[in-house]
Amino acid sequence: MSSNLLTLAGVHTHIGAYHILHGVDLVVPTGQVTMLLGRNGAGKTTTLRTIMGLWAASQGEVRFDGRAIGGTAGQRATPEIAQLGIAYVPENMGIFSDLTVRENLLLAARNARTVEQMDTARLEWLFGLFPALKKFWLYPAGKLSGGQKQMLAIARAMVEEQRLLLIDEPSKGLAPAIVQNLIAALRELKRTQTTVLLVEQNFGVAKALGDTVAVMDDGRVVHHGEMAELADDEALQHRFLGLSLGAHQ
Amino acid sequence: MTTTAAATAASVAPAGASAAVPKAGFDLLPLALVALLALLGWPLIGSTSTWLTLTVAGLSMGMIIFIIASGLTLVFGLMDVLNFGHGVFIALGAYIATSVFAGMADWTGSAQLWRNLAAIGVTVLLAVLAAAAVGWAFERVLVRPVYGQHLKQILITMGGMIIGEELIKVVWGATPITVEMPEALRGVIAFGGDAVVEKYRVLATLIGAVVLGAMLFTLNRTKLGLLIRAGVQDREMVESLGYRIRRLFVGVFVAGSALAGLGGALWGIYQHGVVPQIGAHVNVLIFIVIIIGGLGSTTGCFVGALLVGLMANYTGFLAPKVAMFSNIGLMVAILLWRPQGLYPVTNR
Repeated sequence: MSSNLLTLAGVHTHIGAYHILHGVDLVVPTGQVTMLLGRNGAGKTTTLRTIMGLWAASQGEVRFDGRAIGGTAGQRATPEIAQLGIAYVPENMGIFSDLTVRENLLLAARNARTVEQMDTARLEWLFGLFPALKKFWLYPAGKLSGGQKQMLAIARAMVEEQRLLLIDEPSKGLAPAIVQNLIAALRELKRTQTTVLLVEQNFGVAKALGDTVAVMDDGRVVHHGEMAELADDEALQHRFLGLSLGAHQ
Repeated sequence: MTTTAAATAASVAPAGASAAVPKAGFDLLPLALVALLALLGWPLIGSTSTWLTLTVAGLSMGMIIFIIASGLTLVFGLMDVLNFGHGVFIALGAYIATSVFAGMADWTGSAQLWRNLAAIGVTVLLAVLAAAAVGWAFERVLVRPVYGQHLKQILITMGGMIIGEELIKVVWGATPITVEMPEALRGVIAFGGDAVVEKYRVLATLIGAVVLGAMLFTLNRTKLGLLIRAGVQDREMVESLGYRIRRLFVGVFVAGSALAGLGGALWGIYQHGVVPQIGAHVNVLIFIVIIIGGLGSTTGCFVGALLVGLMANYTGFLAPKVAMFSNIGLMVAILLWRPQGLYPVTNR
């Protein structure tokens, strides 16, 4: 449990003329849920996209299970990174709105050409977690509600057994009751010992799910530690999250 | 996967779904429009046999237009590449038909149907292969640097079109070349009393039906088609799911070019001749078809082509001067009714 599945060391990312990440150092321990917190514009989404290879790291190194997947040691293409067992749920959910729920899930099963070839037990498990997906199975995904779309996006990342899940602000724009459902589903996922890197703005969600936490500000990780420690220590919260809020005001 | 597991999957997935939530049904209105246009033509034309002849000719012409336009529905409609050079592949197909027909004159001149069909088979095969190869190079050299940039796409593909046209003149010369209709496919088949249909149109209709079936099946019933439809919506997400979409999209572009080659070969034979500007001539027509049908929709492209074919034949008979702009009029009317075309697929 002590080993780190994902390591970022001194990662810099440029998007066009903009220098977004200024040397991110981050470790994601195997089998744990790591929360990535920080104010808007701190570089959380860019960090996830850099890990996924959607933006290339201009300096530093991204290593997954000991292998370099990004940065100066060799940048791999996104499909190749995904094939290593990394699933990504982007902030906009990345739902294929013209395709049905069924087709969205089928796409995530890389080795299945038809739904019949998908892992039935796993599909049943997902239906148990997200009953709406079964109900709206043949419905165009674009017509689902915001919460249902988020469930679909997360379910899609879980269709195959993954080694690492990158989830970007799943609670964004959802009603509190839906957020509770989401937390329950992610807790269930946590029980399977899947390693997760979860970006969140909602501290309640972070407290409920996180094992470890990294706080970002201005393109760097400014705090790294246990989630429980941050949750219990108001001074620490104030220092890292309050400080950010102060800077934001 | 065991059979039991497969059976369970089949029963698990849709169970409860279809009952609870209605599936979006197939929109029949655009198809009814084809019937409506045909019925509208009847009293205007007067004679039933003339009307039948014109209708069948219009529908079969629509099938040929569909074959030509089907490639563009992939390239422009789905991949969002404004390829004004699409006509080059059509011209290439048509010119290859002239060469093959010249080389296989014994076969096309034979009264035996199978020899004629074999000649057409060779023509189609070579046209498809050549257009696919040129399409591959076209994508690599001209299109790849300008994905997502419409204005540059228009300029560079138009440039490609001009270069292609000139190259065709270098190889085949600038003067029109006639294509003799294969012997056994000349003439007409009589039906329904005095109505007739050209034999070649029947053949073209059959080929069009095969193309339509193959495209609908691939896009809607296979994983490959699913990937294409998903890639069109969100390329990045498909890559994040672990698929190499770039290669797939090159394949789609090549397939679109190959279909243009097929359509060009059939169009050249249908027109009994080819001029170097053939590509530019049909370019406007096929863009109209795609826009009428709705970007990215194979069914829309099909229905749009049928409407254009019918319209061209009716107005050609009733008011030849109107035929010059009837297609534009048809497009305007349809866009007033459905601004995104008959079957909108993408949200562009």
